Amino acid sequence: MSIRERLSGNEAAAIAMKQINPDVVAAFPITPSTEIPQYFSTFVNNGEVNTEFVAVESEHSAMAATIGAEAAGSRAMTATSANGLSLMWEMIYIASSLRLPIVMSLVNRAVSGPLNIHNDHSDAMGVRDAGWVMLFSENNQEAYDNLVMAHRIAEHKDVKLPLMVCQDGFITSHSIENIELIEDDKVKAFVGEYNPEQYLLNKENPIAVGPLDLQGYLFEHKTQQAEAMKNAKKVILEVAEEFEKMTGRKYSFFEEYKMEDADIAIVCMNSTAGTTKFVVDNLREKGVKAGLLKLRVFRPFPAEEIAKALENVKAVAVLDKSDSLNAAGGALFEDITSAMYVNKKQVPMVNYVYGIGGRDTKSDDIESVYNDLAEIVKTGEIDNPYRYLGLRK
Amino acid sequence: MNIDSTTPMNELTPGGDIYEAGNAREFKTGDWRSTKPVFISEKCKQCGLCFPVCPDDAIPVGKDQKRTDFDYDYCKGCGVCAKVCPFGAIEMQ
Repeated sequence: MSIRERLSGNEAAAIAMKQINPDVVAAFPITPSTEIPQYFSTFVNNGEVNTEFVAVESEHSAMAATIGAEAAGSRAMTATSANGLSLMWEMIYIASSLRLPIVMSLVNRAVSGPLNIHNDHSDAMGVRDAGWVMLFSENNQEAYDNLVMAHRIAEHKDVKLPLMVCQDGFITSHSIENIELIEDDKVKAFVGEYNPEQYLLNKENPIAVGPLDLQGYLFEHKTQQAEAMKNAKKVILEVAEEFEKMTGRKYSFFEEYKMEDADIAIVCMNSTAGTTKFVVDNLREKGVKAGLLKLRVFRPFPAEEIAKALENVKAVAVLDKSDSLNAAGGALFEDITSAMYVNKKQVPMVNYVYGIGGRDTKSDDIESVYNDLAEIVKTGEIDNPYRYLGLRK
Repeated sequence: MNIDSTTPMNELTPGGDIYEAGNAREFKTGDWRSTKPVFISEKCKQCGLCFPVCPDDAIPVGKDQKRTDFDYDYCKGCGVCAKVCPFGAIEMQ
């Protein structure tokens, strides 16, 4: 029997880590992810895990220590947010290029400045090309489930890439909701042992990690990473299928909510999907054929599958919780429009940058997006595809 | 495993890992040198100050604790040895 609990998103992440019982956790506190290493260090102190907890002096060191631990042959985890991730930046690329399957909780927060500690996705979007698998979570349950699945994906021999599980800072990380936990022994069996083929502490077969990689090699090694990211698509689905057998909870690249017959659809990630589902239900009661595509797997980007899922709608709004400040729309919008174009799907699309710096996005805001979409369907006109939602003008 | 810059991508190790130890020896950095230390053995008193400061281990020392001529395969010509030598037994050229 699974365990019914009520936990915050941070508690859920910490409990997933406890059940995974990694060899090493190295972390530095930063709002809003602070509680994850805080709760976890309690588990360490109480002897509930066998983990070596490294209280590092910065996030750069947190990522460096997890890299060292993984290269040595152990399973390592960490957690951070916003500027903590910014400080890790250099090591984020090292982790993926050395093909070390580190798993990190990223509790999404606005990257300063001006200084802000609240939720948006600017931290995650800043590392979208860093070669990490990126999973997004609507609520505490998904943050937990994604972490339980994470090592199976990251450590798979065809993948060998680090993975981050994102959840919305405060909105998810600090809100207590119901959750269904999996029993410790089942998580342990599901996650399994980590047995890398090559590792630094193998004295029978010593190796060198991270050599100089000049003109003759880097191109091929980067393309190996790109291939691994493609392989991750298959592995993510296989792991999700096995997870569903264990828990009954179904995961894929994205969740299609009332999309079968939808005329108008919103695409978004993380907690906004919850608000959007509420709005979709209300609109459906009024006879409006509204739908939602909630993206879970942002990297690898399931371009072909998204294009297929959106091909029959009459208008789409992509919600970006981060402004790319590029005069051409947010990162998610760019990826989705590119996916549609390459797959020859012509659907009117608009972009809304929203929720920046924790600006609250209410159901009325989401409803206004569906109203805009209905207007686009009626008139066939999009005056400006690059829009803002909830901005004070 | 023999890997060089003609090895196809799918035969390269992930992340460029090298599955053997002590391989820095195979990477000869001597051609980075722009000036060259020259050992004048008749001036050398075998005081032992030069070889500990060499960053490239390019001053071979025998079992008799005596240094011999430079290993130019690895000497990058930094000149630290010439600086520390009290007897003018190393000249940068």
